Amino acid sequence: MNAQMKPVAAPQDEDAWFASAKKIYPMAVEGTFRKIKWALLFVTLGIYYFTPFIRWDRGPEAPDQAVLIDLAGRRAYFFFIEIWPQEVYYITGLLILAAMALFLMNAVAGRLWCGYLCPQTVWTDLFLWVERHVEGDRRERIIRDKEPWTANKVARKGVKHFLWLMIAWWTGGAWVLYFADAPTLVVDLATGQAALAAYAWIAILTFTTYTLAGHMREQVCVFMCPWPRIQAALTDDDALNVAYRWDRGEPRGSLKENKKLTLEGLPAGDCIDCYQCLHACPTGVDIRNGLQLDCIQCGLCIDACDTVMTKIGKPTGLIGYDTDDNIKRRAEGLPTSYRIIRPRTIVYAVIILGVAAIMAFALATRDVAGINVLHDRNPIYVELSDGTVRNGYTVRFLNKEPSERDFVLSVDGMPKESRIEVVGVDKTVDGKPVVTVGRDQTREVRVLVFSPEGVTMPKSTPVTFRIFELASGDEATANDFFKAP
Amino acid sequence: MADAHSKEIDTISGVETTGHEWDGLKELNNPLPKWWLYIFYATVVWAIGYWVVYPSWPLISSYTSGVLGDSQRADALAAYDAGLENRAKTGEQLIDASLEDIRSTPELLEFAMASGQAAFGDNCAPCHGSGATGAIGYPNLQDDKWIWGGTLDDIHQTISYGIRNGNDEARFGDMPAFGRDGILDEEQVTQVANYVGSIAGLEAEDGVDLEAGKTVFIDNCASCHGEDGKGMQELGAPDLTGSNYLYGKSIEAIKNQVNNPRNGVMPAWAPRLEPSTVKSLAVYVHSLGGGQ
Repeated sequence: MNAQMKPVAAPQDEDAWFASAKKIYPMAVEGTFRKIKWALLFVTLGIYYFTPFIRWDRGPEAPDQAVLIDLAGRRAYFFFIEIWPQEVYYITGLLILAAMALFLMNAVAGRLWCGYLCPQTVWTDLFLWVERHVEGDRRERIIRDKEPWTANKVARKGVKHFLWLMIAWWTGGAWVLYFADAPTLVVDLATGQAALAAYAWIAILTFTTYTLAGHMREQVCVFMCPWPRIQAALTDDDALNVAYRWDRGEPRGSLKENKKLTLEGLPAGDCIDCYQCLHACPTGVDIRNGLQLDCIQCGLCIDACDTVMTKIGKPTGLIGYDTDDNIKRRAEGLPTSYRIIRPRTIVYAVIILGVAAIMAFALATRDVAGINVLHDRNPIYVELSDGTVRNGYTVRFLNKEPSERDFVLSVDGMPKESRIEVVGVDKTVDGKPVVTVGRDQTREVRVLVFSPEGVTMPKSTPVTFRIFELASGDEATANDFFKAP
Repeated sequence: MADAHSKEIDTISGVETTGHEWDGLKELNNPLPKWWLYIFYATVVWAIGYWVVYPSWPLISSYTSGVLGDSQRADALAAYDAGLENRAKTGEQLIDASLEDIRSTPELLEFAMASGQAAFGDNCAPCHGSGATGAIGYPNLQDDKWIWGGTLDDIHQTISYGIRNGNDEARFGDMPAFGRDGILDEEQVTQVANYVGSIAGLEAEDGVDLEAGKTVFIDNCASCHGEDGKGMQELGAPDLTGSNYLYGKSIEAIKNQVNNPRNGVMPAWAPRLEPSTVKSLAVYVHSLGGGQ
């Protein structure tokens, strides 16, 4: 690959330790990949901007927003899933899934994430669309930037930056809607009644979106993002990547030169050196130099090249998704092949399925009732005047259901005639105390367990605290001890 | 330095080297983007702004406080005050609610238990112990034996006004010094002490006339402790038949108490603590398990 690499002009000036970023003017293209990118842009941004407005009925008093991170109430809601703070390990599962999905995408077809789905790419694409409609396509923008400041230039630049800021502002605005009831917050924001934090977050995200998508663009991918480095280490000869088929394109030359060479019976490649691939590139790389860190593999050079190839009557696909292996095989005259099922993809897929299955199982069997027991430490037991022994416990009930529930408390492992008392609770069923816990809440109570009269308890008896909901049959247990002299 | 060596171009990458070489490894000069440098400058400017706005530089005996006058100590105190205010609100609810209501309302009970536990640790634990198990001379509040009564109202009354402390409302009961003041002679004291010991399940000393002891008991003690020795809570006269022996359960300890009784004192807490705190304490002590 290095053989095709053109030497980059070395910095000549004395002060070459820092370089100004070369401004990139991506050219508009049309084609399959452009269509795919538009579709994904609509889908991803649509999800981002409108998800907070999806309603989900969880019954009275519970928030009816489908996706909500309720920081004040310490709950996270995702459609039918509700997460308590102690269950954030689900996030770990999600992160593992995300990483593995990224690896799998990479093993199948390179930087699919970077080229099509990464927020940096999607918002930059949207900002470029705005720029193109206000300032014109590549050529016009280059010319205008070289012109002196005229009223027209000021107006166009002004409108562009205004529109960019509007989009950035909406981006920040949508962000905060995930943390509060969206319709209410929209009204509060508009009438100036929302919390300062909401405005501050909108301001921060407006600034970052405007800066990153409007001004930093490919600099983010090349200098800030770690993924290009990791991706380069993870790719292999069998992964599809956006590639220039140098076996077909070289030697490159203008259409005229190549025709001349062909007439003379000399070898001439299909690449007519028109630079359309370079001009279409949003990160300013020349794909003909091979796989490189700056390339986000968005496929726009494929569209640009295909357009040219169609015009000059050559087959398309001079630039296309290809594997390193196939390019070599074609050069050697061997048939090409693409293996999607390889040890690498199988391992990633198995990990994804495994983690997803574990998470699904954990969610499906998530305890909606819970009990924690803490034995009194001082005193460990109390001897009463009738010779019986009493132990005190602090017991916390967890009710993760969105409705108030009655739990029957019992203690297994104690002799038959022993007694349980819950301080402040007089309701009983079959002589067992019934503790009412509010919807989606915990309740801490003091529980007293008495040994039966006339029974000498051993120094320590293992017991199990059991809570049981009559209506649903939900059950939870916790182990502890009953201590005696 | 750069100018002396920077003409060398790496043949593989086509990138100029910095001229630095380590054991044959040459460093390529891939220049950092200019904006990176600008961000560095921006952070320097930010730092200077920070010095102006926030506390930053230590001085000899103080520090530069910054124009905003920001102070985490002040923030913490404000949060503390807000907490106190919030607590006072629930505390007011406690004042209006009856003790029984507090016990049966989960929110009030939780609040009373928490504030009662804290107040107990601050005010009661020095005598009654952190686990409320008491000590010689200081009653155990965990068990079901009560000198002055173990209902919510009894406990509230005892905490509010205390015992034998001079307060007009205080619990009062005065055991006479039968031995010291010569009401009983030494033999009678031995007899009555052995008799009391016997009804409490202790083994009497050899050769002591328990019948005579019983007579002494009926004549001198029964007016407060009852003929059966079961005691009388109104007078703070403990039940002598069980294990409710504040000053020790032995014939010797009983003799001491008859000769030279100790009448324990408990302070009145109503004049010292908020009414809501006293209520919380009553509910907390009651909830320890011995409450009736």
